[in-house]
Amino acid sequence: MSEAALPMAAAATHADDLRRDARREQLALFGLASPALLLVMVVLVIPVGWLFYLSFIGADGSFSLENYERMFDSKSYRRIFWTTFEISFLTTGICILIGYPLAYFLAQLPRRAANLCLITVLLPFWTSLLVRTYAWLVLLQRKGLINEWAIDLGLWDEPVKLAHNMTGTVIGMVHIMLPFLVLPLYGSMKAIDRDYLRAAANLGAGPVRNFWTVFLPLSLPGLFAGALIVFVLCLGFYVTPAVLGGGKVIMVSMKIASNIELFVNWGAASALGVVLLAATLVILFTAARFVKLDRLAGGGH
Amino acid sequence: MRDSLTDTATEALPITIRGVTKTYGRVHALDDVDLDIRSGEFLTLLGPSGSGKTTLLMVLAGFIRPDRGSLRFGDDEVIRLPPHKRDLGMVFQNYALFPHMTVAGNVAYPLRLRGISKAEAAERVEKALETVQLGGYGARRITQLSGGQKQRVALARAIVFEPRILLMDEPLSALDKKLRERMQIELRHLHDKLGMTTVYVTHDQREALTMSDRIAVINHGRVMQIDTPSRIYDHPANRFVADFIGESTFLPVGRDGPVVAYEGQPLSYTDTPPSGDLVLMIRPERLRILTGEAREANRFEATVTDIVYQGDSYLMYARLADGAEVAVRGVIRSTTFSALPEVGGSVTLGLDPEDTVLIPAGDAPDE
Repeated sequence: MSEAALPMAAAATHADDLRRDARREQLALFGLASPALLLVMVVLVIPVGWLFYLSFIGADGSFSLENYERMFDSKSYRRIFWTTFEISFLTTGICILIGYPLAYFLAQLPRRAANLCLITVLLPFWTSLLVRTYAWLVLLQRKGLINEWAIDLGLWDEPVKLAHNMTGTVIGMVHIMLPFLVLPLYGSMKAIDRDYLRAAANLGAGPVRNFWTVFLPLSLPGLFAGALIVFVLCLGFYVTPAVLGGGKVIMVSMKIASNIELFVNWGAASALGVVLLAATLVILFTAARFVKLDRLAGGGH
Repeated sequence: MRDSLTDTATEALPITIRGVTKTYGRVHALDDVDLDIRSGEFLTLLGPSGSGKTTLLMVLAGFIRPDRGSLRFGDDEVIRLPPHKRDLGMVFQNYALFPHMTVAGNVAYPLRLRGISKAEAAERVEKALETVQLGGYGARRITQLSGGQKQRVALARAIVFEPRILLMDEPLSALDKKLRERMQIELRHLHDKLGMTTVYVTHDQREALTMSDRIAVINHGRVMQIDTPSRIYDHPANRFVADFIGESTFLPVGRDGPVVAYEGQPLSYTDTPPSGDLVLMIRPERLRILTGEAREANRFEATVTDIVYQGDSYLMYARLADGAEVAVRGVIRSTTFSALPEVGGSVTLGLDPEDTVLIPAGDAPDE
């Protein structure tokens, strides 16, 4: 054997050892993750799989597609889906209209003041969802504060129907969803380097042009993330439409509840759940592609 | 279409700064600054961090509102003008290129705002990119560029609308040394070609000495000295400037009429020294090791304390009779380094009268 071959052979053995070390390290990491994986299995994969299975079981206990057929044939089901999407879109849209200026305002404040204001935005998070929803009912009902004050002030003569309908539902949902939009949006606005805005001004952009051509495009990823969270949360929302809709605004989640509690029809409820899940996934997938396109355009950070 | 990117000197503008003051709490970021920047010159604001040089540039650009003072571009008072109406080109330290636009989008941005037609804008963008040697890069994304390329795009964006004043805020600080040195020369050539008044901020003295027509040394929000690079280096107006620029040792000297003496030994010098208390400033490369015969040089006896090899040069530290330590720098040739005295040996150092610089003992102009 030549002298040059010796170190080569030694290096080869090391390569095997090193590869084994790397594999062992990966296994150890996997081992650390296994409790979490197990938890996800138990609380997510198994129930969702069971749901999926149930949705294909008909009323007589055999395999059938009747749960899905009913959903696509029945007018009431179509209306429920329509309502769900309508409310989700409306809520998201109004959240954007209210949340963008709010986040913009917060982003302009000095850090201390901004933190204080953020706490007031977050405050509702610390009280029960149900309490907040009923509080809105108190305000919005026929003899509620808003109607009484408005009539006292002469804004309108007859009590206006604010609760137990679409209006009330959307008002309540916007209130609950707003922080989910404002927080990511505020974060992305804070991350915009002031030098971009200075550069734009230096190059001749007045405040309005500066906003439209530089600030807004750079804040879009945050707006997108926030709007997506709000929309997806809205799709499966239950408490607020149930209380403020007064039974007249029926969303998918409420139909699922009534299918189980009233009709004990697990198959129908599961099918609704599956379709809602599928719709959510489709939206997430489309949005992810959209956001990624935006990233490619260099807007993301 | 105008062709001035290739012509020299669009009419440049002089800048007149009078009594500009900016305080943060009790700290004077700018303390009654007066400065005249000549039309078409390359002026560098040089100073340590926190000296106020960037604040002054931000005042010029309109991003910082001073407490008082006057600022004129040519004959126009602009102190109250918002930044977007000042019509200045500016290169930011981190370039501030818009990440949601292409290279061409960035460079065309100021043209778009000025309502220039698409066709003309495209032509001018390409010409500006060629000027900074990035022709054909228009369609690239900002994220695809290297640091040096971003630097050039930022420059193209700042000159494409032919501003008469160009501001640069430490534009080369993010580049590595080799590239930085090449860009220094390039920036200087570009300035000579375009002829706009350029105000350049840096804390790098070598950069300032390399590029500038004049340097304004700033400290504690005040202008310590404004002069050409060689005057600043060879004839600093005060101890701060002498200390900040280049290496130097200061020796206390006594003064008796025209006779200035160090340790009782009268010094010969050529320039009339300023009035008041003086110190002798010695630059390491101006000291020579004397070997016997010497012409009219000031002589210092010293003991060698250390010798450092630095590749192109050596640095020798020597202690004078009064305990002060001076440094001597010399070029290394095959013979010079081996001929140096041993550490601990004694040596005679010579300083030519032309290099014998006497400066005020105080730290600032009016101390």
